Amino acid sequence: MLDATLQQRVNELAHETVQLCYHCHKCTAGCPVEQDMQYGPDVILRMVQLGQKQATLSSPDIWLCAGCETCGTRCPNDIDIAHVMDALRQIAVAEGVRPAVPNVKRFHDIFLTVVGLTGEMHEAGLMGAYELLSGDLFKDPSIMALAANLFAKGKIPVLPRLSKNRSRVQRVIEQSRQADK
Amino acid sequence: MQYSYYPGCSLHATGKEYDESTRAVFESLGVRLVEIQDWVCCGASSAHSVSADLAVNLPAINVALAQEAGQGDLLAPCAACFNRTKAADYALRHDPARRKSIEEAVNFVYTGVVHVRNPLDVVINDIGLDTVASKVTRPLTGLKVVSYYGCLLVRPPHLMEFDNPENPTVMNRIVRALGVDVKDWSYATDCCGGSASLPRVDIATRLVGSLAQHAREAGAEAIVTACPLCQMNLEMRQAEKPHVPIFYFTELMGLAFGLPDARSWWGKHLIGPIPVLKAAGLM
Repeated sequence: MLDATLQQRVNELAHETVQLCYHCHKCTAGCPVEQDMQYGPDVILRMVQLGQKQATLSSPDIWLCAGCETCGTRCPNDIDIAHVMDALRQIAVAEGVRPAVPNVKRFHDIFLTVVGLTGEMHEAGLMGAYELLSGDLFKDPSIMALAANLFAKGKIPVLPRLSKNRSRVQRVIEQSRQADK
Repeated sequence: MQYSYYPGCSLHATGKEYDESTRAVFESLGVRLVEIQDWVCCGASSAHSVSADLAVNLPAINVALAQEAGQGDLLAPCAACFNRTKAADYALRHDPARRKSIEEAVNFVYTGVVHVRNPLDVVINDIGLDTVASKVTRPLTGLKVVSYYGCLLVRPPHLMEFDNPENPTVMNRIVRALGVDVKDWSYATDCCGGSASLPRVDIATRLVGSLAQHAREAGAEAIVTACPLCQMNLEMRQAEKPHVPIFYFTELMGLAFGLPDARSWWGKHLIGPIPVLKAAGLM
């Protein structure tokens, strides 16, 4: 099923003009994770132009994009493909599409939950929660040694710093949840 | 000279050496850093990855706080904080529709009086290399490094307005003024993997391994950087030996200035830099 509104929706969310892409492939040529992707940035753009919503939103590509902005910096048509990837993830989240790389979304969800609780991204909380909830801790026990090392150097304070502005943060997070619906 | 200091989440934790060395170096240069009270997380990669509104509203809170504090421009050492806060400021400054929606979400009125700065830019443009050179009590000759900028300091160029995005030189010039032998290489802005470091260890290990290999091939024995996530990834995900230690440029400044605090930074590194410093005759 093609969705002819996909390109416009992406353009609006990303503040980009996807139809300008003429497929020079420069973005894919410079992408550090292109070899891990299913399609590559230039093909994702083509798929957006053609309204292939299901395929783009369910691809691992949108979750593997590191946001390094190499693509957008080099595009001869000034399209920031990293912003397009952002928009596709945002649409996927709003529509409840299962992420093809669940651990990446899990990481972002935990990150923002921690930020909502304390106003700050408490690294010990993020790492601990991520390692437990993803199950990575059990696949690679050397993480415990790394955590102990960081703790011994005083680099992952156990107690979070509570910002007095966390209510402002919570308000902004709640607003974004409403807006993204 | 005074700035509203925004350390961000990493500088309070895994980027502790960057926070300590930045404060010590700026103090020795007579620059006052007033930490923004009750600053909040900028959202880093996660906010913009899942929500268009949160992407700018979260960092805009710190723009509002710096504006309300009135203690000078916002100074963000962390490359991600710098990038995201600049993105929020850009939307506020240049897009009236987005400005309205951000102001409403964050509950403030944007005046644009506060600019978003980074210590590399402040050192070069506000403090000046002549002043930096005059503070060097012990030139770091014998230390061979490459400068690694990473992604978010320089890209996207129209937003960051910060040096050449393919071949930046700001950090090279600062570190050379300390007497360091900065080698040329082609990988100064290649991605380290960023926030993929936890969910995709394989990707981060590959990208970091490539950077470390190219640094060695360029004749460097250490890498100097200005991003706390890059620094952590480059240390944490380096698999092949010999390991290349990763310095923050402010740590090298502190060492060259002869600051006594410098000694306390080395033990915090995951890849201890003391052997390299000793081999270069700097300890």
